[in-house]
Amino acid sequence: MNPGLGIREGAALHFFGKMSASISHEIKNVLAIINENAGLLEDYNLMAERGSPVGPGRLKALADTIMAQIRRADAIVKNMNRFAHSVDEEKRAFDVGDILELVVALSSRFASVRGVELKMRPRSERLSVVSYPFFLANLLWLALDFAMGEVGKGKTVELVAEKSGEGVVIRLTRLEALENSPDAGFPGEREDALLQTLGAGLSVDHGEGRVTIELPAEIGP
Amino acid sequence: MRVLLVDDESELVSTLAERLAIRGIQADWVTEAEDALRMAEANCYDVAVLDIRLPGMSGLDLQNIMKSKCPDLKFIFMTGHGSQGDFQAGTTEAGPDYYLVKPVSIEELMEKMNKLTSESGDPE
Repeated sequence: MNPGLGIREGAALHFFGKMSASISHEIKNVLAIINENAGLLEDYNLMAERGSPVGPGRLKALADTIMAQIRRADAIVKNMNRFAHSVDEEKRAFDVGDILELVVALSSRFASVRGVELKMRPRSERLSVVSYPFFLANLLWLALDFAMGEVGKGKTVELVAEKSGEGVVIRLTRLEALENSPDAGFPGEREDALLQTLGAGLSVDHGEGRVTIELPAEIGP
Repeated sequence: MRVLLVDDESELVSTLAERLAIRGIQADWVTEAEDALRMAEANCYDVAVLDIRLPGMSGLDLQNIMKSKCPDLKFIFMTGHGSQGDFQAGTTEAGPDYYLVKPVSIEELMEKMNKLTSESGDPE
């Protein structure tokens, strides 16, 4: 699909495209809801002109819906902005919890389409590392995409990030279907390329239904 | 005309249903594919308006199941994606005239619904 790109760059481009398409879809949905509510307001106006006015409560409900959608769009655009800026500096200090939260927010639409709930356990401390935030986001998305296919009947992926020695460990748990897919083909070559860049480790525990990613506190030059 | 609206955005389909009702069209709405199948079995709809991407099942798969249960039911697809893949899949199933990208104009939607039902000879 992307001749001339390395595996890591190809994965990154694919990730960027996939997230951009999802964000645009979300914004389209918000616009569609605002469009219908504005149209309904117009309908109410016509009804009032013809002598059948609607009550103020109904008008307020419409205004509330439009305001809620504007807040939703604002949150989507903020996440889009954070995502776009994650490539500004290749390597820098950041909080792993922030990147995990961003990836979960960006993945919510994919989870919804697959009927999966993403549950992130609240973190109790800063999880600072010096690494590549965009490539970490890419790796987390690939792990989450895989995990969403392995949730089983529980239909929930639980995510937790915490300190582990000098580094940070991220766990994706409750992957009940992993037990029945001993050769799931994960991690593949894209994940391997990202793990190498991040100096990270990844393990899949089929018995426990868990994917674990271990990040060093600081990646070398 | 009786219409079933299926989209996981409840505020979209509920408002659209109200606007269609103001225009004399009886529209029910659901946000999940399973509920759409239940409603289609219990009621006699003329047109189903389906989102291409639904939780747990694609709109195209839902259409195939609904078609097997209600052979006379007509379909319009609505999507926020507008990707080439979705466009090809949606237009192959419904034809390019019945694939709408959000936000949709209600006049255009009604025109498509009227065209579909008049093509099949059903009363509008």
